[in-house]
Amino acid sequence: MVEFTLPKNSRVTSGKTWPRPQGATNVREFRIYRWDPDDGRNPRLDTYYVDLDDCGPMILDAIIWIKSKVDPTLTFRRSCREGICGSCAMNIDGTNTLACTKGMDEIKGAVKIYPLPHMPVVKDLVPDLTRFYTHHASIEPWLKTDTPAPEKEWLQTPEDRAKLDGLYECILCACCSTSCPSYWWNTERYLGPSALLQAYRWLIDSRDEATGERLDYIEDTFRLYRCHTILNCSKACPKGLNPADAISKIKNMMVVRQF
Amino acid sequence: MAEANNASQRLQDRRPLSPHLQIYKMMFTMVMSGLHRITGMCLYAGVLLLAWYFIAAASGRHAFETVNWVYSSFLGRLVLFGFTWSLFHHWMGGIRHAIWDAGYMFDAKGRELAAQATLVGSIALTVIFWVLAYAYR
Repeated sequence: MVEFTLPKNSRVTSGKTWPRPQGATNVREFRIYRWDPDDGRNPRLDTYYVDLDDCGPMILDAIIWIKSKVDPTLTFRRSCREGICGSCAMNIDGTNTLACTKGMDEIKGAVKIYPLPHMPVVKDLVPDLTRFYTHHASIEPWLKTDTPAPEKEWLQTPEDRAKLDGLYECILCACCSTSCPSYWWNTERYLGPSALLQAYRWLIDSRDEATGERLDYIEDTFRLYRCHTILNCSKACPKGLNPADAISKIKNMMVVRQF
Repeated sequence: MAEANNASQRLQDRRPLSPHLQIYKMMFTMVMSGLHRITGMCLYAGVLLLAWYFIAAASGRHAFETVNWVYSSFLGRLVLFGFTWSLFHHWMGGIRHAIWDAGYMFDAKGRELAAQATLVGSIALTVIFWVLAYAYR
């Protein structure tokens, strides 16, 4: 169901303003969501000032700068710093994206950073992605075949291989699914754009032999048809993929297989 | 072990829900999706107004004059204007969704164009409708 407000324990209060870096002339303001599981208080929005002359150009550079120079308790996930691991997915300036590939120059004014929307928060910018991974696992994202395995490998024509372009690049960062109002409000039962894009990746793989079985699982009022083409997913994807397009193709497969 | 599980369960229960609608940037296609729903709900109310009009027309002169008086008042016209816009907007939105359901216009330009066309189309149709309605009154 549609939710317009947050539960009482989740309402964001105003937080602490950390001191400006001394002697810095080129300063950028950051407002960052904080929640500490140990202090029993509500989440708050802390204000930090980053010395841009001492810091790299990306949002991830800035939050690492804050963590090492101002506040070591600031908690977030990061790893590859080049948009391939998907760890630093968060809500930056109102949309979901990767902190490592988002430049500070792309944002006007103070930079606001929240964890991925409508997720249980573990600490600060770290959400609990358990359910997101469960949805992904439920579409059985691996090759399923009945024919005995060939001696060397499953072959595929270059044309069939090309059908996987725009799908296999998904890094499971959860930017798309957590940008989707339908996923926010049907988290229990809607698979969400990420899992559905992954499902489509296996549905059109020429080597996969479980197409019917896969469609049977997905064909459901909630699992698939909670997609109402709001299109936040395709706009959020930091890899430039198009989950809404993939979902529409699954819906078309559902129609076509009835004839 | 059981104690450890309880502690971890208590911690999970305490976790706040991260902000969603409150902080997400209003995307044009997202707003248009919302408007499609809202106009759809307005149509329920609009059809009741239409039903009242027909029932009044069928039940006699006095009832018909009353409903005419209500609908031709400033507020009544405003409501009717909103109702016709809702109708046209929902209709245009239906066409947009049909195009998307058929698998077209999902690219970055196409999706914005489809949403813009819905809004421009619905406003244009509403204005044309009322211009004609006043012209042939």
